[in-house]
Amino acid sequence: MRNGERIPLREIPPLDFSRFKATLKDAVATGNRIAGLWAVPSGSGYTLYSAILHPSRQTIEVVCSMVEKVYPALTPEVPCLHWFERDLWERYGTIPQGHPWLKPIRFYQGEAGKVDFFRVEGEEIHEVAVGPVHAGVIEPGHFRFQCNGERVFHLEISLGYQHRGVERALTGGPNGRSVHYAETLAGDTTIGHATAYALLVEGLSGSKPSFYAEWIRAIALELERLANHIGDIGALSGDIGFLPTQSYCGRIRGDVLNLTALLCGNRFGRNLIRPGGVRYILEKERLDNLRSRLQVIEEDTISAIELFFDTPSVRARLEGTGVVTAHVAKELGLVGLAARATGLSIDARQDIPWGYYRTQRPPVSVHGTGDCYARAYLRWLEIQESFRFLHQITQTIPEEMAVEKKPYPPTVPEPDSGPLSGSHSGLKDHVSTVELTLTPQSLGIGITEGWRGEIVHVAATDENGKFAWYRVFDPSFHNWFGLAYAMRGGEISDFPLCNKSFNLSYCGHDL
Amino acid sequence: MSLILALLLSPLFLGMIVKIKAFFAGRKGQPLLQFYYDLVKLLQKGVVYSSSTTVVFRLSPWIALAAAVTALCILPLPGYSSWISFPGDFFVLFALLAVLRFSLVCAALDTGSSFEGMGASREVLFSFLAEPALLLSFLVLSFGLEGYSLHEILSNPFSIGGGKLVALYFISVSLFIVLLAENSRIPFDDPNTHLELTMIHEVMVLDHSGPDLAGILYTSALKLWILGSLWVGISSPWRGGSFYLDVLVFLGSMIFLAVIIGIIESILARVRLIRVSHALSLATVLAGVALLWIIG
Repeated sequence: MRNGERIPLREIPPLDFSRFKATLKDAVATGNRIAGLWAVPSGSGYTLYSAILHPSRQTIEVVCSMVEKVYPALTPEVPCLHWFERDLWERYGTIPQGHPWLKPIRFYQGEAGKVDFFRVEGEEIHEVAVGPVHAGVIEPGHFRFQCNGERVFHLEISLGYQHRGVERALTGGPNGRSVHYAETLAGDTTIGHATAYALLVEGLSGSKPSFYAEWIRAIALELERLANHIGDIGALSGDIGFLPTQSYCGRIRGDVLNLTALLCGNRFGRNLIRPGGVRYILEKERLDNLRSRLQVIEEDTISAIELFFDTPSVRARLEGTGVVTAHVAKELGLVGLAARATGLSIDARQDIPWGYYRTQRPPVSVHGTGDCYARAYLRWLEIQESFRFLHQITQTIPEEMAVEKKPYPPTVPEPDSGPLSGSHSGLKDHVSTVELTLTPQSLGIGITEGWRGEIVHVAATDENGKFAWYRVFDPSFHNWFGLAYAMRGGEISDFPLCNKSFNLSYCGHDL
Repeated sequence: MSLILALLLSPLFLGMIVKIKAFFAGRKGQPLLQFYYDLVKLLQKGVVYSSSTTVVFRLSPWIALAAAVTALCILPLPGYSSWISFPGDFFVLFALLAVLRFSLVCAALDTGSSFEGMGASREVLFSFLAEPALLLSFLVLSFGLEGYSLHEILSNPFSIGGGKLVALYFISVSLFIVLLAENSRIPFDDPNTHLELTMIHEVMVLDHSGPDLAGILYTSALKLWILGSLWVGISSPWRGGSFYLDVLVFLGSMIFLAVIIGIIESILARVRLIRVSHALSLATVLAGVALLWIIG
């Protein structure tokens, strides 16, 4: 299936477990990647699903297999699944036999029990516990370091403090709340998650947003990428005590967020994207305004960030810190920015394009050194590509856009105003607040490339066309272990820098 | 006189550095007198003591402050005699700075927190590397100038003689590195960071609060002033006008120093922790080369 399409559940035949395992193993070996592994209780056992991305064909393959509560673990042969299998164990108590390191990932107090931290014993070893309450204004997470002096032997990350039960809340939807849950899955990736949700629902309902709506979504997604990347470079700069870039980037990030506000009235893009379309149009005057402001922002960004990368002490600080090699990144199944910084060309915009990116997309940037420098520099490369892309696509309003002019902010239809007719008249084409009717007994998938990486939303409908289950894989879910790995053998004083260079989401992981 | 200037102006000195950093970052920055406001605010607050701390923790800020004030009694205004002055007094001055550090390290260890222990270990390691540079520098000066008290050394360091003036430059650079490292300035430490894991000095005082914290902040300001005026004393060649002129020259030099520190903090990123020791070794080597120069 393609990104944002549906497939009837019965067309996913359960494979024999050994074939299931071989399929996953082959997928990783042949350069495809596993977007997710999840289970659905069925009868006495579980149906184990997995989504495999085939970048060469730009398709997604969904496979499944029936397993009992105890089944042979996939992790020993497909290491990138280790986090997923721990997740299953935590959720359902399934026991993957032979899993090398079975423990909960979200610190549930329930069935799965408490975390028993890995400990290094010895006279010279000391343990440093950081969090879950931190000194800065950041999300809660607990970090346990096993150190020998300044050197970190091992870092264990314990999350789960942000668990909200969003996936459970989404089950039974879509309803009036669903899209808001999607928008707040990770606050800094509102557009990315909302687009993935919209793709999924559109796929399940068989509707397609107008090209114009896809265009707006692409603009919003690239603005989100810009804002976060610029903010991150500023934050990295602050962590190493380099003031000028820190202050300027902080301000410029705000300017970019204001462009999103220009688009839809909210700086983080809430209420912009709805299944079926977008809620706000971008008429000529505001498009020109956006273009001219973007020009100014680009100039400011270039001067602030070039100063950063031209300063020798900055490069000396970043280079060689927290290295993750391409091989390790592949084994661990890293995605998005963290993977591209190791030289892997992984980008959902290229691999499984959706919406506007099917016709036009920025080239994939990679930088091969895998250290903090690479992660910072990759952000800079992507910032430049996003600016170029935005300039390109905002030159003209797409063809079918002869939209009636609406004052800003456009009047928002009431949520329960009933289904909009399919007529091609002005704004109604692009604005959607309707609840689309979903095809029953189907599986839908929506994948987008948020600024952090690949966002996967996958759900199946029951016989009434409601979500029977809903699963979300934020890029953070794939990448947290990469951070733990990057610290291995490093200095404990490098941790804040490494952490910021990954800048993973806690709530996106915990869900 | 030096004592009064230090007691009154050392927080202002910090304020000037912050102002210059703000200028480079394109911000307005906090008021020049912010550190005074902070001290007043902290003095009015209550103190919170962790149940794992003992009397060591409670006494340490005041021992540190006493050590700093005593050190200031020894520190002369360049060209003038200090309150307490005797041959070899610079040894006592450095020993007092060591007492200051020792009491803070003890307090940090007393809390039993892994952060504070880490900070204490870093602080001790880096001062262990910085002390030789400091001592060696002043030994070279007293050797070259044949004066054995700070008063004599700082009276006119440039009288060291043409051929040997290079040694003075070396020592000036060496002292400047020590000054930045000992006072937890960028590129060695970041006084503004909130990242516990990267801190050196700041992480040691995380558990202090209220008047205790005020004592520690004030002590840090005094320490910066002490090392700063030593650096100004050997690096500035102007002496010998009237007393008031000398005070003005001294204060001008201190402002100049604040500007230099502010600029350095603005244009440099922090070095990684492991490299701090390299830089401090460089300071010691420079002082050693200066010694060779003087003898040779």
